[in-house]
Amino acid sequence: MNTHPMVKAQGVHKSFGAAHILKGIDLEVAPREVFCLIGPSGSGKSTFLRCINHLEQINAGRLYVDGELVGYRQKGDKLYELKAGEVALKRRDIGMVFQRFNLFPHMTAIENVMEAPVQVKGEAKAVARARAERLLDRVGLAGKAKNYPSQLSGGQQQRVAIARALAMEPKLMLFDEPTSALDPELVGDVLDVMRGLAEDGMTMIVVTHEMGFAREVGDALVFMDDGVVVESGHPRDVLTNPQHDRTKSFLSKVL
Amino acid sequence: MNNKIKKIPSGVIPAPDGIPPQAIKAIPVRHYGRWISAVVVLALLVGLVYAFSQGNVRWATVPDKLFDASILTGLRNTVYISVASMALGLVLGVLFAVMRLSKNPVTSTIAWLYIWFFRGTPVYVQLLIWFNLALIFPILDIGFYRDEMTDVMTPFLAALLGLGLNEGAYMAEIVRSGIQSVDEGQTEASHALGMTQAKTMRRVVLPQSMRVIIPPTGNEFINMLKTSSLVVAVQYQDLLRSAQDIAATSFAVMEMLFVASIWYLALTSVFSVGQYYLERRYARGSLRALPPTPLQRLRANLNLFRRSEVAR
Ligand SMILES: Nc1ncnc2c1ncn2[C@@H]1O[C@H](COP(=O)(O)OP(=O)(O)OP(=O)(O)O)[C@@H](O)[C@H]1O
Ligand SMILES: [Mg+2]
Repeated sequence: MNTHPMVKAQGVHKSFGAAHILKGIDLEVAPREVFCLIGPSGSGKSTFLRCINHLEQINAGRLYVDGELVGYRQKGDKLYELKAGEVALKRRDIGMVFQRFNLFPHMTAIENVMEAPVQVKGEAKAVARARAERLLDRVGLAGKAKNYPSQLSGGQQQRVAIARALAMEPKLMLFDEPTSALDPELVGDVLDVMRGLAEDGMTMIVVTHEMGFAREVGDALVFMDDGVVVESGHPRDVLTNPQHDRTKSFLSKVL
Repeated sequence: MNNKIKKIPSGVIPAPDGIPPQAIKAIPVRHYGRWISAVVVLALLVGLVYAFSQGNVRWATVPDKLFDASILTGLRNTVYISVASMALGLVLGVLFAVMRLSKNPVTSTIAWLYIWFFRGTPVYVQLLIWFNLALIFPILDIGFYRDEMTDVMTPFLAALLGLGLNEGAYMAEIVRSGIQSVDEGQTEASHALGMTQAKTMRRVVLPQSMRVIIPPTGNEFINMLKTSSLVVAVQYQDLLRSAQDIAATSFAVMEMLFVASIWYLALTSVFSVGQYYLERRYARGSLRALPPTPLQRLRANLNLFRRSEVAR
């Protein structure tokens, strides 16, 4: 068994120029855990998620994924920045799903799913195709393999995007408000897929406004505001019995 | 998956079952304006054609020389230099566009300088500079290779460098706008999957920028076919020069210019059709339905005169 957490943040700070966005985030995500992140708009949830796979570089603190430092290598007490190639290598193991899907519009659904295994891992096309078919089937889109993203509904696009991330067989999945851009009747299908992933033991960090999902599927929940963690605990406890005023006022608005 | 859901929009009362909707029978609007303008324009055209038929032109010379061996050689050379210059321009364009967008200030400044110089001076002048390079560098010496400049700088090379480097500057701007048109989320998604910067550019960004790059590139190529007539200045034996050579001995100046024009028109027409189908191919994925082929459009246009279209 893994003894170290899948993600560990110690005093993580991030600024964009003069704007101080993350002001010391401390948290731990255990393997196989569904970790939910909630908070008002602009509180830095997406920024934190993007730091985990080094789409953003942190300014202070330490961030570990699976026991390894993100973006740096430590030798003695000196930190060395990783080269672009090394960063890319680490991102293979972290899947990310975006609010706006970001599927490749010039590729069909199945080509989207095959792209990274073939291009990044150098996998044989036939192998990648077989896995892509399996994954599309798993997200309920076996019949849509040859459709271009523009020929799919938002919910279908998001499920292809999940399949695309899973194709790299990641050990950690990051979801950034995966259902926020969807019509209400399409949200359920995407959440079902995520629920299935959770049951299979995938470690997931989910930024979401779906409190029902957080309560039902989440193992841990963090409420973030203005770049700091205000409150954390089991979703049931935080959502039904918040301790802080900021949590209370946020929950009263979204529930 | 979702096609099970059939919702009736609120406020619309469904027709009672069993009664089919009635097709509307109405007198179509007559478009008198369309007829009048068509007649006026046709009359002007007929007048123009008549004037030329009365001019002092030996028309028989035109078909006579159209397939003259030296004209065909010139034609081949024109296509050859245009394609070669365009290819060079494309390669340079992608290279300098990527340099221009790079975070490295040295490469982006050099790309800026290149674009600034080659867009800012006339092609004709650039052609003459390449052609006359021997005046300032009589000997070409690049370490492992050494020769007389006049031997190296053939009319073909001067034409290629003159047209190609100039084209590269224009293409760099076209490619740059294409690259910038691609949503940032695409690069992000690609990076998140573990793709490197170069792979992201080649597999994700450039293919998507094609939709923006191809239409102006097609125009550039059609321009190139015509601009290539300037290579007369560097003694390259292109279509125009072949026509002028014949004109000089036969005194059929205008006739030979017509011959050249016919061939230029033929070339640009052929490549316009090619451009259309290329654009159609790269629209793949960005449109739900592909645009009509020219034949389908022709049919639609003919209908325009018959009646006003109901839904547009
Ligand atoms: N690249 C950037 N440059 C400058 N400021 C940025 C950048 N990215 C994010 N920000 C700022 O950081 C703050 C936090 O943004 P972030 O996207 O992390 O918020 P969020 O919690 O995800 O909000 P939402 O719920 O609206 O998605 C915002 O004020 C935003 O303007
Ligand atoms: Mg966000």
